[in-house]
Parts: sequence; structure tokens; C-alpha cells
Amino acid sequence: MPINTVHIGAGAGFAGDRPGAALAVAEALAVAAQQGTPAFLIFEMLAERTLALAQLERRRDPDAGYSANLAALVQPVLKLCLQHNIRIIGNFGAAHPQAAARRLRAMAQELGFKDAKIAVVSGDDLSARLTPADLAARETDGALLKDRKDIVAANAYLGAQPIAEALAAGAQIVVTGRVADPSLVLGPLAHAFGWDWSDWDRLAAGTLVGHLLECGPQVSGGYFADPGCKDAPDLDRLGYPIAEVRPDGSAVITKPEGSGGVVDLRTVKEQILYEIHDPAAYLTPDVVLDLTGVELAQQGPDRVAVSGARGHARPDTLKATVCFESGWFAEAEISYAGPNATARARLAIDIIRKRMAVLQPGLSLRADIIGVVSSFGDSAGSDLAAAVTESEDVRVRFATRHAEAEVAKLLLAEVEALYVAGPAGGAGVRRHLVPQLASASCLIERDLAAPRMELLP
Amino acid sequence: MSDALLPTVSLHRIAHARSGDKGNRLNIALICYRPEFFDIVAEQVTPERVAALFASRHVGRVQRYELPRLWAFNFVLDRALDGGVNASLGLDGHGKSLSFKLLTLPVRLPASLLQSLITDQP
Repeated sequence: MPINTVHIGAGAGFAGDRPGAALAVAEALAVAAQQGTPAFLIFEMLAERTLALAQLERRRDPDAGYSANLAALVQPVLKLCLQHNIRIIGNFGAAHPQAAARRLRAMAQELGFKDAKIAVVSGDDLSARLTPADLAARETDGALLKDRKDIVAANAYLGAQPIAEALAAGAQIVVTGRVADPSLVLGPLAHAFGWDWSDWDRLAAGTLVGHLLECGPQVSGGYFADPGCKDAPDLDRLGYPIAEVRPDGSAVITKPEGSGGVVDLRTVKEQILYEIHDPAAYLTPDVVLDLTGVELAQQGPDRVAVSGARGHARPDTLKATVCFESGWFAEAEISYAGPNATARARLAIDIIRKRMAVLQPGLSLRADIIGVVSSFGDSAGSDLAAAVTESEDVRVRFATRHAEAEVAKLLLAEVEALYVAGPAGGAGVRRHLVPQLASASCLIERDLAAPRMELLP
Repeated sequence: MSDALLPTVSLHRIAHARSGDKGNRLNIALICYRPEFFDIVAEQVTPERVAALFASRHVGRVQRYELPRLWAFNFVLDRALDGGVNASLGLDGHGKSLSFKLLTLPVRLPASLLQSLITDQP
């Protein structure tokens, strides 16, 4: 019997997403699954640098290197998903998908599912195949990789095909490393509906559904509320999104009944354009998506119909992200409050700039006054210099970055010394120093990545 | 009445916005609350004006894409993020708050549209 609807939900939109948020989605999917509708739950947990951090973990511990939040996010829904054949697809494999798959198998066995089928998608890791010089030659924007030796991770964004193959092989859980975020959704849709890998309009439609789901609740009322202007109710129990997808790729975006948040034209429009450059050409490994003809219609409370995506042939190259070590980042803050607080804050900045110019000439240093201008301001400080806002409760924030930790620490020591050697009433110093990873983008030939799928034996 | 005499409101009254980043490039989706605001925004919120609003960041090219079916525009600002989240020393390396900077831009509204704002918004 041909399938006429697939339900697919998002359980996480980033590595640090909320444990337990997926449960209401899984419960709604279970109802659909019981009525015979194929159901899938995706977890997107891999930002640009997350994978490099995982690679560093794997260097320290050969059994680590997958998402630290894997168990916290998947455990609450695992039993329900395995019971009701809600198939899970997640990029929580990070730098070590095999280890993540073994962990998931152990979790399933503890729940009494001895033979859960778990697949691993790999081949995104380029570090064994491309030298730093090979990568530098393929860098797209700038020359950050030139002569660089300290590369931590180099991964291509794989597409949806190996995910669909894993599902065709019967996998109940598909663990990936780096794949394009929308491919986590396109893989199950292409598998369920049997879409051809050159049916560009359907691949585009499925990619659009993936794009709308990949950031979890950002389409269902998260990253949205502006009180009195555009409200979203009950955000404390924000519902994560579910797409009900038709064989032509058109879909209704919704969320679990009774959950908080909102799905309306405004939330969907904001997410359609999120992190988009040219709306006529959104590039993924699977297709080039053209959003310009997309039509939306509110079909009822928290139900928005999405149609009209168009597709063009997929790009010849794959995007890859290369991460490398990038020195130390130091940040320190101090508060000033009460009469003339802003003037005392400005004096503190003046003192620190002069002291640091003597201690470490040429060090790049940023200073903000939180409460006057900080988020909007430029790093050179011209917005802060021009600001006329006065506040009686401000926080001064300093930041620097340097290859040597000892140099970055000089700033931390000087900010702490403002307690005794700065303006009156300086309070509440907090400081931290963290190693930094930076990233660069490359375009690589498709045959340099080697996507493969294997079922865990 | 000449345009210069029309009352102004902040863009925040007639549109909403969301920021996203890719490296050192910022995009801001600007979406009109109602279709009748689309032409006002198209005429007044030009790439040049947006570039001027973000001038202190020394942004490169500013491109504006129009999506009339969504009553929306997508602004793409090159080199707007101080090198991007990896390199920026700022608190908001992703530029997530900058959608609200765009919404501070004043726009002039014909009296008829201003009247509808007053009656249907708090």
C-alpha cells in the first residue's frame, strides 16, 4: 500500500538542547505510528565546532568522541521509540559514530531490546585522506589554513543517501557524524516515499522540511517571543516541532497538542530564512533548494502548510569544515552601580587599556559596558565612545585572545586588581580563560568523501 | 503632504526579524506583519540604509533579497561579525541580537497605515 503521510519530529536542535523536550514529540509520533503512519525522530546536535571538541575528547579517551548529551537526550524517548517503531536519526555520533552506536545498543539492551538494529553512517572524516596542504588548497573564504599544522578535525557534510540506505536496511536508529542538517530529515523522507535521487523538486521539498525542523523549537515559538508584539504562550513547556509530510514533499508543520509555543505564519517565515544567503539557491549535498516560490497557509491552530519548494541539480562539490586550535580566549567582568556608575565604568576601561598597553603592547582588547552598549557595539569601541546612555547598574566586560595562555591571563589579573587599584565601588569580578578552536570552510570534490553505511554487528 | 512630513515609526512596529550567521556573514530576515507594509519597506529599507546602520562594523557588501509571497526580505551583510563567532571578541559573536538593531530603523508611514497601527497594536 503506498504511503500517503510520514510524520517526522525534532527532538533536539543543538548540542545543548533540553533533555526531555523530545518526549512529547515521541508521544505524538507514537499515536501516528499506532495508526500505521511511518514515524521518525531526528536529533540535530552538531554545530560547527562541536565536532572538533568531540575529536579532542576522542584523543583523550578512545571510547569517547560522540555527543556528551547523547544519553541525556535519547534515554527519555528510547523505550517509546523502540516499542512503536519510531526510527531515530541523529548526528550525535560526532567524531566517533561507532562508539555512539555501541552506547545506544547498551542503552537499548538495558531496556530489554536485545536486537535493536543500529546503523552507523561514516566517511565524513577527511583527516586521513587530505593533508593540511590539500585542505588549504580548497579553502573557500580567506587563507586561514595556509601553513597550518594544528588541525583538529576536517569533515565533509554528507548527504541524505547513506541515511536512506541505513533505513532501507532496517535500522531503527541511524547514527551519523557530520551530515548536512536538513539531510537528517530528507534521508527518512526519501526512504519512506521512494524518491529518486535526481527528483530535484521532491528533494528540495524534503530539504525545506529538514531546514524547518533542524533547529528544533525555533520553528514552533522558540527564538521568537517579543512580548506585546509577537507572543508565544507557555514557553516553559515549549513544544518541539513535527512535520506531517505528503508524498509530493508538501508538509504541515505542527507541534504536540497541549504543548507551549506557537506555530504560525510568523514563526515559519522566520525559520525559513534562518541562516539563508540567496533564497533562490540554498546549497546542500543533496540538492539546490529554491525558496522563492514557497507558499504558506495557516490550516488551524499551530498548523502551517508549506508547499512550493523547487529544486535544481545538486552541487558538484561538498562543503567541509576544518577546525584548528586558535590560542586562548580570556574574558573578565566587573560591576559598577549607583550615582555616576557609567563614568566609573568608563574610567575602569581607560585604566585597563593604558595598563595593558604597557604590559603587552599591541594586544587586541575589547571593552564593553553592559547596560550602555555591548551586544550591538563594534570591537574597536566607537559605538561605546559615542553612546550617551547612562545607567546606574552596569557591568564592564573585557575580552582578549592570544596564542599564549600566560599573556591572556595578564588581562584577567589586571581586571581583578581593579578591586583595589581602580575606580570606587568596583564589585563582582568574574574571570575565565578557555582554549579556542577556530574553523574554516572548504569545498571538496565529491569523490574525496567516502560515505558508507554499516549495521552494527 | 510631502514624504518628509509623514510621521515615522520604528521598523519594530511594522515588521519582525531573525538573525543567522555563516562564518563572518550575517543574514537578517525582515518580515512585515502585514502585506501592505511590504512596499513601504521595499522603498525605505534599502541596502544602503542598512549598510549605514551597521557602518561601525565596517561591513562589506549588503545584499537585499525580496520574498513578496512571505511579505519578507533577506538582508545579507558580508564581514559584519568581526571575523565570525570564532574570531570575534564581542559578546554576541553570532550576531543573534542584531536583528533588533535593524528593527530600530525609522520608517515613514502614510497616515492611513499609521491609524491602523494605533488601533490594532498595544
